[in-house]
Amino acid sequence: MEALTTETHEIRTSQDVVSVRQSVRKRAVELGFNLVDQTKIVTASSELARNTLDYGGGGFATVETVRNGTRNGLRITFKDEGPGIPDIAQALKDGFTTGSGMGLGLGGAKRLSNEFEIESQPGRGTRVAILRWKGL
Amino acid sequence: MERIPILKMGEFLLVTIQVDMHDRLALTLQDDLTQQIVKWHARGVLIDISALEMVDSFIGRMLSNIANMARLLDARTVVVGMQPSVAITLVELGLPMKGIPTALDVEKGMQTLRTYLGSNGYGKDPDGSADD
Repeated sequence: MEALTTETHEIRTSQDVVSVRQSVRKRAVELGFNLVDQTKIVTASSELARNTLDYGGGGFATVETVRNGTRNGLRITFKDEGPGIPDIAQALKDGFTTGSGMGLGLGGAKRLSNEFEIESQPGRGTRVAILRWKGL
Repeated sequence: MERIPILKMGEFLLVTIQVDMHDRLALTLQDDLTQQIVKWHARGVLIDISALEMVDSFIGRMLSNIANMARLLDARTVVVGMQPSVAITLVELGLPMKGIPTALDVEKGMQTLRTYLGSNGYGKDPDGSADD
C-alpha cells in the first residue's frame, strides 16, 4: 500500500476538530467517494479527533490518500501522548466512557471504517488509524 | 463571539444550522436556545439541519439535550431536514436519536408541532408519548 498524499493537522482546540473533518471531506470528494462513504469517514474522523483532544490532551491527525493495487482509499491516523487506554477492549464497547461523552467514539469509528487499528500504552499515548476504501 | 441565529416565528423558534459547528458553538446554541424559549414563551422549536453534512455523537447529543431541556421548559422540539447519508451514518455510529421527533422539512415540522399543540396546547408529544 502506497501513500499518494499526506497531510498532518495539529489538534489543540475544538476548531481543529472541524479542520480535520473538512480536510477528510475534501480528500474523500477528490477520491470519488459516494456521499454515504464520505459522511461515514468524516464522522468517524470527527469522533477520533475529539477523543485525541478530550482524552489525549491534543495531538495530531495525519490524512493520507492511499492506493493498494487498483483500490484507492483514505487513511487517517490519530496520535496523542496522553494517558493512554488501559483496557482497549472495554474502551471499544458502546457506552463506555471516562468522560462526559456518550462512549460511542471508538466503537462507532470502528463500525464506520473498513479497517481499524489501535495501540495504546498507559502513560505514553494512543495511536488510532482508520481506513476506508472507495466503493467497498 | 460567533453565534447561530435563532428566529422567532409566532410561538415557535426556528434555528437553521448552516455552519460546520465546533463543539463550543454547539454548547452556546444550547444555552441561547433555552434562554430564548423562556424569553418568548415559545411552545415549539424547529432545528433545521438540512445544511449539515455530518452529525457526530457530540452534535447528536446536543440535539437530544436541546429536546430534553425544551421539554422541561414546556416547549417541544422537532429536528428537520436530516440528509439521508447522515441518517445512515448515525444509525451505524450507534446513535439512532430515539425520542427526538423529526420531520423531512420545516413545513412538515411545523405541522407536527401544531398537531401536538392542538387547540389548547395539551395532548401528545410529537414522538407519540403521552404528556404528563
